[in-house]
Amino acid sequence: MKVHLTRRYLFSASHRLHCDGLSEPENQATYGKCNNPHGHGHNYALEVTVSGQVDPATGMICNLSDLDRSVQSEVLERFDHENLNYRSEFDGLVPTTENLSEVIFNILKQSFTAAHLEKVRLEETMMNSFEYAGGAELRV
Amino acid sequence: MVYLTRKCEFSASHYYHNPEFSAEENQRIFGKCANLNGHGHNYTLEVTVKGAIDPKTGFVVDLKELKEILNREVIDALDHRHLNKEVPEFSQQIPTTENLAIAIWNRLQGKLHVAKLHRVRVYELPDLFVDFYGEA
Repeated sequence: MKVHLTRRYLFSASHRLHCDGLSEPENQATYGKCNNPHGHGHNYALEVTVSGQVDPATGMICNLSDLDRSVQSEVLERFDHENLNYRSEFDGLVPTTENLSEVIFNILKQSFTAAHLEKVRLEETMMNSFEYAGGAELRV
Repeated sequence: MVYLTRKCEFSASHYYHNPEFSAEENQRIFGKCANLNGHGHNYTLEVTVKGAIDPKTGFVVDLKELKEILNREVIDALDHRHLNKEVPEFSQQIPTTENLAIAIWNRLQGKLHVAKLHRVRVYELPDLFVDFYGEA
């Protein structure tokens, strides 16, 4: 039986949306207050969905503590209480939550192999969220 | 095709233990969930059904009927119960959230007359949930 499991994590980070290829007025027009020079921060909520067959011996698709450990060491320790613009993952990449979703998906795809990574969902605020499934269509 | 989701809650206790594992293995794999005295959760269940809108009623499914089926098949059997000791599915199976979602799907499957069961989502905690779509 194939089951999907989702775990939710929290981290806080700052960013500034700014594209070097655009002029100052263009940056201001495109990103609005997200382009303010000293950046700003969010409490991000990250939902990681993995899938797999239920192991009859454990009743689990993977051990939750392994997933927690991977997300903690590979994602939360990397980005929590950091300025995303200064992280190497965003060299040449605007740290929008769209891009952050892709970056986190790709990091976890490499580091967590105990179950299939289906998607990540990232809430930037209570009012907006982003989902990335490695290019696959999302499932209702 | 319209998808409709009904939410309900139940509270139950459980523990995780595989008699074929040593005490040390049970502890290592299941951690504090292996405490044989059990512990409990407030579960939230979301059941999603899908179907065409009936042109006469404007409904995909009669919500009152769906609520009655959920109460009869799931809530009455699980709410304020010890899953390991009182729910037959878990006499031989570990009552993880994964297995619980499958068991709830199996309890509901075939009981809906109009709409089709699409997804069972079980929250064990606000930060942990499992989805089952009836896939092999």
